[in-house]
Amino acid sequence: MELFTPDFGLIFWMFISFIILFVVLAIWGWPVILKNMDQRADTIDKGVEYAREAKEQLDNAKAAAQKYMDEAQQQQAEMLREAARMKTQLIEEARKEASDEAKKVMDAARVSIEQQRKEAELQFRNEVSKFSLDIAEKMVRGNLSDDKSHHALVDKMLDEIQSN
Amino acid sequence: MRLLRYKIFVLIALVASLMPMHSYASSDSEDGQVNVKEIIFHHLGDGYGWEVPFSHVYRIPLPVIVRAEDGTWISFSSHKLQEYVRITNEKTGEEELVAEPRIVTIEKNGKTYQFILAHVSKHKNKVVQIFPLSPEEEARVKAEAKNNPQIQGDVDKAEAIIGGYAGFNEVYYREYKPHDISITKNVLALLIAAVIVTAMVMSVVWFYARKGMKAPRKGVGFMEMLIDFIYTGVIKSTLHDRARKYAPFLLTCFFFILVMNLVGLIVIFPGGANLTGNIAITLVLAVLVFIITNVMGSKHYWKEIFWPDVPLFLKFPIPIMQFIEIFGIFTKPAALCVRLFANMMGGHMIVITLTLLIFIFAAFGAIAAGGSVFISVLFSIFMLCLDVLVSFIQAYVFTLLATIFISMSTDKGHGHEAHKAENENHELESQISETSDVKVETT
Repeated sequence: MELFTPDFGLIFWMFISFIILFVVLAIWGWPVILKNMDQRADTIDKGVEYAREAKEQLDNAKAAAQKYMDEAQQQQAEMLREAARMKTQLIEEARKEASDEAKKVMDAARVSIEQQRKEAELQFRNEVSKFSLDIAEKMVRGNLSDDKSHHALVDKMLDEIQSN
Repeated sequence: MRLLRYKIFVLIALVASLMPMHSYASSDSEDGQVNVKEIIFHHLGDGYGWEVPFSHVYRIPLPVIVRAEDGTWISFSSHKLQEYVRITNEKTGEEELVAEPRIVTIEKNGKTYQFILAHVSKHKNKVVQIFPLSPEEEARVKAEAKNNPQIQGDVDKAEAIIGGYAGFNEVYYREYKPHDISITKNVLALLIAAVIVTAMVMSVVWFYARKGMKAPRKGVGFMEMLIDFIYTGVIKSTLHDRARKYAPFLLTCFFFILVMNLVGLIVIFPGGANLTGNIAITLVLAVLVFIITNVMGSKHYWKEIFWPDVPLFLKFPIPIMQFIEIFGIFTKPAALCVRLFANMMGGHMIVITLTLLIFIFAAFGAIAAGGSVFISVLFSIFMLCLDVLVSFIQAYVFTLLATIFISMSTDKGHGHEAHKAENENHELESQISETSDVKVETT
């Protein structure tokens, strides 16, 4: 029945060993462990918080980037439109200038043609008058007597002119 | 591999079942019956040596330290208390080795001291100092032994049944129970448990020193999980801002009890000592809790005891409530002490009893013995598994109740504390919900 009647020696040694164990662990064991566990928990909490913030910042940055992208795209589109407009305008201007130039050239050409025509007419007239004078001379000089031969000559002359 | 494991299991089972069969044969009493009570208390009790694994005769010697009647401290090895003799079993005719008690004679400072392991007296299985008797005194004692109706001429019983006298080989001595602080089996087991606890805790500390903030894994991780389970789940949630102050004591209590419980379940040498099933151990723990609760008791605690918030007629002029409260100061730690003790001792006792069923049923023939082997092995294994659970639960319950007692005694006042606790709870809740939110977000 010694189980129910506490034995002095066992109480003594239990007390001693518990106190020693307690002192050893209370100095070098538990405080270190609890402090470290707390610190690590804090670090993890901070890490989670940091991750959350980082995610938030990343989201913000993404949104900002998207905004910039949109803006840039808009600008690009505008610029493209502007460019297209300018292109058509330039083409239009160029065409107009070209047509003006062409017209000018045409006008110049027409004027020179006219002039040349006039010159040619003048020359032609001179030639014709010369020819007619020649013919008249020949006729006068040849046989003013023969009517028939006059006519033949005139015809001949005219043929010659025409063939020229 | 699996077959090998199976073979080893069968071998162990066979050896385990044969071992006690052989050894218990010698502990049968004369009429062939197994002395169940003696075997149980032998296994649950303390001893001056530790059985060498699988041998019921040889013991690991341990130092015996006693204070003799004249105040001298004397120590000697426990192997001197017994001698090994070969005797022939009368029934089977086989020779077997048994340990017989003998007288230890120590010479110190010119004086002779004699000690013996008390055999049948009320100090049974304890070391007692013995003194030779004068012839007339011896004659008186022998006459008393003859007239004692309990002895009835049985020489073996006559050896020591006379109070205050130890008989040995039919010679009587006056016996004196010395103060005894021997390193017994239980004390050694206690020291082993303390070393194991220190190693377990320091492994975590060393891990921190070596690896810093890294997350521990395996053993250290498990240890940390246990510490966190007790510290956060029990101590911090009950004591709040006082948690740090009392955590070292409560955590030491928990791990010491847990290790003692579990080591006690191991059958052979480093374990097998029924520590927490011994009331001396639980008594010390309960007394420490008692001291802490009452020394650290707040003004509020003592006011609740001597002038509780009850109708006046309950506390004046007859102090009924005061009486109940003061009674309660003692019953709380006493309940702690008895709960742990009874649970652990009960567990051990059931396992041993289930094993003993084999030897009890062996008397009814081979079939009964075979059947009981199967059943009792099955049940003992089940009970041992249950005891592992009980070991943890009892350590947990002890710590939980000690925490609650300390919390009640160091409470500064209900309103203030409750309010504070509520605030803390809210904080905690919001923290938890925040972190879970983050978790959801990140996933």
